[in-house]
Amino acid sequence: MTRPLYQFNGGIHPEENKNISTQHPIVTAPIPTQLIVPVHQHIGQAAKPCVSEGEHVLKGQIIAHAEGYISTAIHAPSSGIVSKVGMHALPHPSGLSDICIYIDTDGKDEWCERQPIDYRNLNASALRNRLRDMGIAGLGGAVFPSFIKLNPGVPQKVKTLLLNGGECEPWISCDDMTMRERATEILAGAEIMRFMLRAETVLIGIEDNKPVAITAMQNAAALCNFPVEVIVIPTRYPSGGAKQMIKVITGKEVPSGGRSTDIGVATFNVGTAYAIHRAVHHGEPLISRIITITGNVQQARNVEALIGTPMDVLLQIAGGHPHAVSGYVMGGPMMGIDLQDIDVPVVKATNCILVKSDKLFPPPLPAMPCIRCGRCADACPADLQPQELYWFSRAKNFDKAQKYQLFDCIECGCCSYVCPSHIPLVQYYRYAKSEISAQQLEYKAADHARNRHETRLARIDREKQERAEKLAQKAASKPAAVLADDASAAAKKATIQAAIDRVKTNQATTQPPTEQS
Amino acid sequence: MISSPYISQKTSVSIIMLKVMVALIPAIIAYVWYFGPAILISLTLASVTAIAFETIALKLRGLPVQPFLMDGSALVTAWLLALSIPSIAPWWLIVVGLFFAIIVAKHLYGGLGNNIFNPAMVGYAILIISFPVPMTQWAAPHTLAADHLGIIDAAQYIFQGVLPGTLDAISSATPLDTLRTQLQLNRTITEITQAPVFGAIGGQGGEVVALLFLLGGIYMWLARLITWHIPVAFLGALALISGIFHLYDASHYASPWLHLATGGAMLGAFFIATDPVTGATTPKGKIIFGAGIGILTYLIRIIGAYPDGVAFAVLLMNIAVPLIDAYTQPAVYGHKGNKS
Repeated sequence: MTRPLYQFNGGIHPEENKNISTQHPIVTAPIPTQLIVPVHQHIGQAAKPCVSEGEHVLKGQIIAHAEGYISTAIHAPSSGIVSKVGMHALPHPSGLSDICIYIDTDGKDEWCERQPIDYRNLNASALRNRLRDMGIAGLGGAVFPSFIKLNPGVPQKVKTLLLNGGECEPWISCDDMTMRERATEILAGAEIMRFMLRAETVLIGIEDNKPVAITAMQNAAALCNFPVEVIVIPTRYPSGGAKQMIKVITGKEVPSGGRSTDIGVATFNVGTAYAIHRAVHHGEPLISRIITITGNVQQARNVEALIGTPMDVLLQIAGGHPHAVSGYVMGGPMMGIDLQDIDVPVVKATNCILVKSDKLFPPPLPAMPCIRCGRCADACPADLQPQELYWFSRAKNFDKAQKYQLFDCIECGCCSYVCPSHIPLVQYYRYAKSEISAQQLEYKAADHARNRHETRLARIDREKQERAEKLAQKAASKPAAVLADDASAAAKKATIQAAIDRVKTNQATTQPPTEQS
Repeated sequence: MISSPYISQKTSVSIIMLKVMVALIPAIIAYVWYFGPAILISLTLASVTAIAFETIALKLRGLPVQPFLMDGSALVTAWLLALSIPSIAPWWLIVVGLFFAIIVAKHLYGGLGNNIFNPAMVGYAILIISFPVPMTQWAAPHTLAADHLGIIDAAQYIFQGVLPGTLDAISSATPLDTLRTQLQLNRTITEITQAPVFGAIGGQGGEVVALLFLLGGIYMWLARLITWHIPVAFLGALALISGIFHLYDASHYASPWLHLATGGAMLGAFFIATDPVTGATTPKGKIIFGAGIGILTYLIRIIGAYPDGVAFAVLLMNIAVPLIDAYTQPAVYGHKGNKS
């Protein structure tokens, strides 16, 4: 059966370079002597550590609980002793440090008790909570806690479950290899997700540059007892972006600022489906993931590595570097982030470690003036006018930039890729976005302060008035008593006045007249 | 710090400009064939002058000369201006024109990317207003000329004003000039276009050069240097409006074919109006921009004071570009409503 496919505007065809990392099957990376597990690996609030230094932990044991609604638990990736709960640099462009749980592994890799989930006989919210406690987050790169998305909506919004096997970023092949080797398991995960979402259909979108994965998924789909369709889409970056893939497959656009469920589609990465299968059928939380190690390495390949494995240790699997290393990137060459140091741990978002060399990734050429040729606009998959956004961002004309829908930019990098003037356009947009966000925070803070101040003034006023009213009431209710006590009151007053005078003369003689507060 | 993307297409402004110049070459060869080698001298002179002005301007602005000079934009401006004015014009004409094009229209406005007006057309407009006489002395096609200027003669005439024979022997009025003057004498289009200078459709030699500009334009479209919008809108609007007038009164209004094949229509549509810096950038905007140039060109041709109107039409539409772009922003992904 062929279904009509649609097109998103723009997109590019960069060199793929995926084959070099698909020559070998996925290998399991050895357990490192020390695991460094960050407590904040997902979008939302960081998990809260619940182990202490010196404690022995088993593989799969929760070491940090989900905290707040948008959060997921973190687990020990292997058994060992918690040697430290402290700061370590994270794989983040800023090189920021955050709380990590250090585990000195004992090499036994001893599991805690694994409890498969009988998902069909569990109520929906309990099931979602189980996945939250299993640490499942989207493995496509956004690491959004999956349990939140696995909600059909009230009333039922979701019609279609879309598994994203697009993997359009050059060099990366982890989803490709997962689909080749673990197709049945991915569909087992899809079955659970379909159940949770009460989705009618399951679609799997794969770019046509992955024929082996397509065949594997089709074969697995043929054996499924629920409707699954593998949809082969043309290879064009960024068709693996959720919004672009939805457009290609359904012809619909996710409304700006909305979610794909607004048009009835729930989108997940194929790796996430696999992780859900492991969690539900095997009771194994998300403690490892498949990672492409590629670029300037002797042997590019895909590995299944424990979360928390230091990247420098992991890279040894790839056996050295043919050229001089000029840097490391987590993710692909289009949207990946530059790593300041390579001793950072693997996290749930780590889909690829790309080792750079000047030969493979020449440093950018100096930027020249924009000639408004419009190639960026032709390449933009969000239908933006990058040349105008560039102009506004550069001029710090942020109002205009927002009017031209800066925040619909998905930072895919197509504009920078095609720019004949070598202008780092995406950097300008990131800058403008962060400036605008900072401004808005500032406005919010200022508003908050002003509100507080005004409330305080109002309160003081109100209290003053209340006091005055009370006094007036008192005075009105006891005029007789006051008169009766007049004599004794006058005596009291005289005594007080005398005391005050004494104090005053004392002060005048003994203290210099300073520090009157 | 560098951040993603870490890869880019192997392209540059220099490559774009180089390809534009390559696209001009077939037409230049035809030009030499029909109108003699003088155009080669004026192109060379224009190139050298443009590079000199560009270098001076960059130095004065404290910019690195080499990378900016290498972008090739000054050379493209030089060639377009040289192709827009008579090839046998005196040397100072092109120098003055390029001064206004490169120093005034481009660098005083902030250099490449910041200029509002098409530099070559600013140069042309200044010249035709200030020096109308040498601007109308065009080389005659070799089939009509009594004398032929060799390369040495041409150089002598351009630089020293020395001619072996008379000016009338080597020059002739262009078809558009002829049309304008003859129409004022109350002759009909059919009578006027009998003159040999009109050739098959739009002027002897000129129509072939125009055809090769068209081919060069198609190459640029295929090479994705330009999109179809501006040329199609320009030529379409010009054909449409001239067609309407022609149908209304064929004896006073020339056919759309003549209008398309003559003057600066083809050069303007593919090489001048498509200048990205000064043109509209949105798809709808490009169509409005191109169509505006087509209509204005025609109106200037039939009622204006100058025989051809491309330059003024381009400059007038340049003014409108910010407005056009602002009102023709395409719908952004997710803002279209889902009608599917």
